[in-house]
Amino acid sequence: MVEGVLTAAAAVRLPPGLRRVLDSDLWWSFSRSPVTVAAAMVALMIIGGALFAPWIAPHDPWDPASLSLLDASNPPAWLDGGSWTYPLGTDNQGRDVLSAILYGSRLSLFVGSLAVLLALLIGVTLGLLAGWCGGLTDTIIMRIADVKLSFPAILLALLIDGVVRGMLPRDAQSEIASYVLIAAIALSFWVQYARTVRASTLVERNKEYIQAARVIGVHPAKIVLGHLLPNVIGPILVIATINLALAILTEATLSFLGVGLPPTQPSLGTLIRNGNDYLFSGDWWISIFPGVVLAVLILSVNLLGDWLRDAFNPKLR
Amino acid sequence: MAEPETLLHVEELHRSFDVSLPAIERLMRGKKRATLKAVDGISFTMRRGETFALVGESGCGKSTVARLVVGLYRPTSGRVVFAGQELARLKSRKAAAPLRRRLQMIFQDPYASLNPRWQVKRIIAEPLRTHRLVASEAALRQRVAELLLQVRLSPVDGDKFPHEFSGGQRQRISIARALASNPEFLVCDEPTSALDVSVQAQILNLMKDLQRQLGLTYLFISHNLAVIYQMSDRVGVMYLGRLVEIASAERLFAAPRHPYTQLLLDTIPSIEITGREREPVGGEVPNPINPPPGCSFHPRCPFAYERCRRERPELIDVGGTLVACHAVEEDRLPQARAYTEYET
Amino acid sequence: MLEPLLRVENLRIELPTRRGVLTAIDDISFAIAPGEVLGVVGESGAGKSLTGTAIIGLLEPPLRIAGGRITLAGRRIDNLPSEAMRRIRGREIGAIFQDPLTSLNPLYTIGRQLVETIRTHLDLSPAAARDQALALLREVGIAGAEARIDHYPHQFSGGMRQRVVIALAIAANPRLIIADEPTTALDVSIQAQIIALLKRLCRDHGTAIMLVTHDMGVIAETAHRVAVMYAGRIVEIGAVAEIVAHPRHPYTRGLMDSIPRIGGRRQRLRQIDGAMPRLGAIPAGCPFNQRCPEVADRCRRQRPDLLPAAGTEAACWLYDKVLLPAQEAFDG
Repeated sequence: MVEGVLTAAAAVRLPPGLRRVLDSDLWWSFSRSPVTVAAAMVALMIIGGALFAPWIAPHDPWDPASLSLLDASNPPAWLDGGSWTYPLGTDNQGRDVLSAILYGSRLSLFVGSLAVLLALLIGVTLGLLAGWCGGLTDTIIMRIADVKLSFPAILLALLIDGVVRGMLPRDAQSEIASYVLIAAIALSFWVQYARTVRASTLVERNKEYIQAARVIGVHPAKIVLGHLLPNVIGPILVIATINLALAILTEATLSFLGVGLPPTQPSLGTLIRNGNDYLFSGDWWISIFPGVVLAVLILSVNLLGDWLRDAFNPKLR
Repeated sequence: MAEPETLLHVEELHRSFDVSLPAIERLMRGKKRATLKAVDGISFTMRRGETFALVGESGCGKSTVARLVVGLYRPTSGRVVFAGQELARLKSRKAAAPLRRRLQMIFQDPYASLNPRWQVKRIIAEPLRTHRLVASEAALRQRVAELLLQVRLSPVDGDKFPHEFSGGQRQRISIARALASNPEFLVCDEPTSALDVSVQAQILNLMKDLQRQLGLTYLFISHNLAVIYQMSDRVGVMYLGRLVEIASAERLFAAPRHPYTQLLLDTIPSIEITGREREPVGGEVPNPINPPPGCSFHPRCPFAYERCRRERPELIDVGGTLVACHAVEEDRLPQARAYTEYET
Repeated sequence: MLEPLLRVENLRIELPTRRGVLTAIDDISFAIAPGEVLGVVGESGAGKSLTGTAIIGLLEPPLRIAGGRITLAGRRIDNLPSEAMRRIRGREIGAIFQDPLTSLNPLYTIGRQLVETIRTHLDLSPAAARDQALALLREVGIAGAEARIDHYPHQFSGGMRQRVVIALAIAANPRLIIADEPTTALDVSIQAQIIALLKRLCRDHGTAIMLVTHDMGVIAETAHRVAVMYAGRIVEIGAVAEIVAHPRHPYTRGLMDSIPRIGGRRQRLRQIDGAMPRLGAIPAGCPFNQRCPEVADRCRRQRPDLLPAAGTEAACWLYDKVLLPAQEAFDG
């Protein structure tokens, strides 16, 4: 089927940029690996479902008016007592599990990707600065990074979360909870980007094309952003993809521990937590389905990251 | 005809690098600071329109001199005066810009000297944009096409990326970029060392043609004496950061004075001498962090004696050649062999 | 006529890529006699390093030998299983590569690396192997061998390291050494020393050497015979003195002309326009036909084999028949 799509694409006239992508080694190695293609499709499905949740979810689980306690704790449709209005069952308050999963994935992905983006921003900037300026700037940044590394990610996130909660009144908390979470996760992750970028910068900085730019008299900022950055960003993208999975998991963990998102805006993690209470009373579907979706999402993103890393490795091409 | 002006004047140039261990390790091991004297007192002058070559083996400092002249490094002491101005003294980028426009560099590695992610036209246009030398995008395209033609590539090559070109073609792109700002002076750091022999011939011919057409002055760095023979008017021989001989190419190749120059000319694997048995002079270039005292060549010199171990020789004028050698000064060397019939 | 030590017949090396199968080496044949130094010269992409790698059995997949045979002292070696090839490597065929820095393991003393190599191929006790290692170090000209045998590679200079690599290569007294650009990374004055060393070893041990390089000067000083490669094929092969003085193939001529020399007129270097075709773009017929000043119609259709050409062999249609008057015109 992939071959079919590709042949069709080859026949159609495409803009030159897209043509270059499809002709590239990257796309070729992608299409050759069934595992990667499958992972990509699964990930796309979940992401698609999450993005379009407001439109495709059968119910709005967070609208209290639409809930009916009569439908609470319904099992999934194919079991006794279930119905297809709630395909995956409902939780103890009558919320549709499927819709909850869709909205929950949305939030998980939102928090996860923004956290990774923020970490990227901080990490790449600091890494470039450290690598380019060297000397004291480098030492300071790297020592801060070392200090940060001595804190486990979860602990750091708990710390930040706790501090912010302590500082703000209760109502403001739920408003900005997701942003605090994003910041907390980003602050846990930026170091690896900084280190990788710094290492690549140190290598590239001595290359002749950078020296040529300096001889021409180009402004250092233009050299760093125009010349260096495109050449050091490659490995970062691989790390970022794999980190996305980790970020989602971290958010899920924090939510599970109760210090992530509030119950009114549950992510997949919160759903699992909520459902946990009912696991042993027999209402297994409330936490198992979100759990499965979480696991599948993380797995497919990880597989994509693996493929990306191998595709970028020139020795394997 | 008036004497061509002095374009570059290098005076008592020194450049040292701190190669000590990091502070903590140094303290723990009780070691002192270590300094590498890459350039140890170099002076020379260049006239407009000439090609001056710096030749030497690895560690002699010629690449460092190239980078000092072009402003990539600051001198530890001494001056580099280009067209009457010292680049190192100009503090801001803006002040340095007019000077930078006139002085450009071509690098050794054709694979590392072009940004692999930029299109060729963007690479060549960079000096034009930086110095705002053209008014419109159309004029920019025009100028880039001109430059590509000048280095015997085609204007459509501008849309491609560096990896689509061979080593020789990339070097042409480097030359085009260097010529974009209409410079007067080019520092060429081993421009053909990484190229195949037949490609080298193309690039050297191109560089000669361009020099004639555009009135360029070249500071040509190389370790290959045969290439220098073809390209240069005057030659400076470097050893461990010092100049040991400066002469016109004619005199240097016909009658080299300094024992190191003679060694270099002796040891080049030569095509004419098939199957010749010759005893190469032993020893290797010593570690530049710990150079020998006095004349740095004395451990390998067949004519060395006590004074050479104590006293560093200065450049003296011997029949038009500048040589730094006590044995030459004291006229102790055997009759200098005629190495080659040099014809212009 | 001595039985050749190494014989390569119709060797073909292919590289499968997603755009199809590329031929990196296209039907080359040559032989090396015992104790002879054969130079293999060519520019980047000509395939000279690949030939050496194939002979010693270190071709990296997806490169593969797709045809022909390689025989060492009458025994076929291109189709051996890896264990058998491993025994031959080092014992019968030694190798010297370009970069002495990466040829030695930085974590072990050179003494340990030498002893390990010696004991892998020869049945000696550790003490005897160490004595042998000391003898080898002295033979390659490392002063103070007793002290230096326990030093690490980073404590040696470039030229010294290359001597150590040569010592490793001759440790088991192989009959053939493949030397791939052994002097390119070294200074000119050191190059001369290493060349002298190789020649002396060749004479004293009767080792044959396949010397792969792009530097014609090194070949002129070291080799007995030379094979000139272009685009995966041998275009000329013969005695060094003959080829240097009277190159027959137009490519060899162009190559010789473009080498800058000291002495004589300083004029424009003769150049060959264009560049060696890349692997996927080698033209039909003679691979040099796009750049050859003497190209004829036949050159575009038919690929020439090595033909006798007054002293050497050249793969060029100019030598199809014995055309004495025409040859004189070219030599003039």
